[in-house]
Amino acid sequence: MVNGDQNRAGPKKKAARGRKKPAAAATGPVDMVQLLTPEGERVSHPEYDVDLSDQQYRDLYRDMVIVRRLDAEGTALQRQGQLGIWASLLGQEAAQIGSGRALAKQDMVFPTYREHGVLWTRDIDPIMPFGLFRGIDLGGWDSRKYRFQMYTIVIGAQSLHATGYAMGITKDGKVGGDDGEAVIAYFGDGASSQGDVNESFVWASVYNAPVVFFCQNNQYAISEPVIRQAKAPLYKRADGFGFPGVRVDGNDVLATLAVTTRAMDNARHGNGPTFIEAYTYRMGAHTTTDDPTRYRDSGEVEAWRAKDPVSRMRTFLERQSIADTDYFDGIDAEAQQHALDLRERVIALPDPEPGAIFDHVYSGGSPLVEREREEFQAYHASFEGSEH
Amino acid sequence: MSQTLRIGGAVGAGLRRAMEDDPKVILMGEDVGKLGGVFRVTDGLQKDFGEDRVIDTPLAESGILGTAIGLAIRGWRPVCEIQFNGFVYPAFDQIVCQLAKMHYRSQGTVPLPIVVRIPCGGGIGAVEHHSESPEAYFAHTAGLKVVSCSNSHDAYWMIQQAIASDDPVIFFEPLRRYQEKGEVDTSGDLSQAYPLFSTKVEREGDDATVVAWGSMVKVAHDAATAAAEEGRSLEVVNLRTLSPLDMEPVYASVRKTGRMVVVHEAPSNVGIGAEIAARVTQDCFYSLESPVLRVTGYDTPYPAARLEEEYLPDLDRVLDAVDRTFGY
Repeated sequence: MVNGDQNRAGPKKKAARGRKKPAAAATGPVDMVQLLTPEGERVSHPEYDVDLSDQQYRDLYRDMVIVRRLDAEGTALQRQGQLGIWASLLGQEAAQIGSGRALAKQDMVFPTYREHGVLWTRDIDPIMPFGLFRGIDLGGWDSRKYRFQMYTIVIGAQSLHATGYAMGITKDGKVGGDDGEAVIAYFGDGASSQGDVNESFVWASVYNAPVVFFCQNNQYAISEPVIRQAKAPLYKRADGFGFPGVRVDGNDVLATLAVTTRAMDNARHGNGPTFIEAYTYRMGAHTTTDDPTRYRDSGEVEAWRAKDPVSRMRTFLERQSIADTDYFDGIDAEAQQHALDLRERVIALPDPEPGAIFDHVYSGGSPLVEREREEFQAYHASFEGSEH
Repeated sequence: MSQTLRIGGAVGAGLRRAMEDDPKVILMGEDVGKLGGVFRVTDGLQKDFGEDRVIDTPLAESGILGTAIGLAIRGWRPVCEIQFNGFVYPAFDQIVCQLAKMHYRSQGTVPLPIVVRIPCGGGIGAVEHHSESPEAYFAHTAGLKVVSCSNSHDAYWMIQQAIASDDPVIFFEPLRRYQEKGEVDTSGDLSQAYPLFSTKVEREGDDATVVAWGSMVKVAHDAATAAAEEGRSLEVVNLRTLSPLDMEPVYASVRKTGRMVVVHEAPSNVGIGAEIAARVTQDCFYSLESPVLRVTGYDTPYPAARLEEEYLPDLDRVLDAVDRTFGY
């Protein structure tokens, strides 16, 4: 939990990082949009603000608690053998909820494989990506219906899809008003080195595409600290491509909401792309296959724990008397219920039929695939009635 | 209605007709707009259809394919031009990991009707990376369809059929034949055209089958003409579709002739000729009088221009292989 005013953000924190780590060295003092300090204090920013009702504040908190709890269930399910792998969002709840809740219904999301929180904000059943992680499908869903594209595994590839989709919005004449459409592309600090991400910046810029690049700089690409990706703060890159870049406190749900809302509105009104660097921290492992103790020390993790996105919001709600203990307990119970429900349904997910291997390879079919399907079925049929 | 068109011009005429028929068809690529493409295949299209539909892109092939995928998700039908065969590799991930797999991953909910046009093969005295035949990479990838046109009539119709396909199509154009003229019957519509994913026997013969595609089809015809003068009757099969392969016409031909030579510009090792040989061996084993032989580019990098005539299969090498099929 947050300790109070004596533990303010800023230079004092550096001492808490202990051993000198490259992740810290990559980020000197820079202008970072913050509306809620790690201690839960509401602060102002000259350019950005939010104007929320008490209910909206509570809703943001609720979102974060629930997605954290669902995420923990994902990790637990993997540990219990129910999932092949899980990519945890722990620590990145504010970045995902704040940006996700900034989106209009008509906007389109291009996620990585870690955007479970953004998925939640699109009112999608949280079970949807579990087929991918359980290994019963490849994460397929009707992305146009949900306005949330499939998780993309290849790092940064979706940034180009997002940009192309945004170009298509312009061609459709759907930019220029409050009802205009915009696109948000998620990726991480590692992806910022990918050619595809940099090419998407070029395309978005020269075609003035209505796309927002939302980079969750969680300080690590598996084991590699962000200093292996960039010597200069990532948000500064946008300048060279000819559009604005903003660094926002990625553990501050109010700031990510404010910054993303502005960027999406700019895009939908035809004012082109924005690059948002949400400065955050991956509190957990890269995925359940990873062991972060091999490349970072506990002092660093503890320093970031003091900036936790959920606890700072809770402190704020308490101090402002927007919510009381009963409310928090109720949310915890609700989150628990969501997790138990999810757990039951994940475990009940059926394995696919073996013949599904051959489904949907082509829209128009293929004689080769159909021949192999027939051979496969004949092979299996040859065992019918025998012990095997 | 028939008109004489160069192969490059026939592709352009097909693109024009596809754009007239479907307002969602857009062209994307380097220099495809004002310049009309380095081979002038898209000449005049930007002038007539505007910059919104004929898009001069930044110079980055992965970007061309990646944004085309986004546009297709949005409902557009992009036709991407890769300027030269050897320039497609920066787009490889977007093609094999994204374009090829989206329909499968999405359980059929997200088709990607994208055409990737690639001038294929050598023979024009170019510097390196301009003369390659990369078709096997793409034919190896499930989810892609791969075709190769070899004459003006096919170029005109096949490009329109590829654009109409809801599956992604890698469309190879015979670079060294762009300037060759041929008759194009432009009457009728797509439903009446020879099916896209179908192989065609272009010349009937009894003694041996020569299978080729793209630029090599002309070599195969020339070889058949020369062989006829020597009293040997070759059947020429224009494969046209490389993925899926349309093997029945090939099998029928081999069952008749008992001998087969596959000709392609790409290197032999793990090439499409190997796949054809394996399938013919499996399905026509008792009809074969000799092993299937291949005449291909060598298993080297594409050589310097002054050596390419040695590298590329030609009439004499094809006839030599045909002779060898009679030696078993």
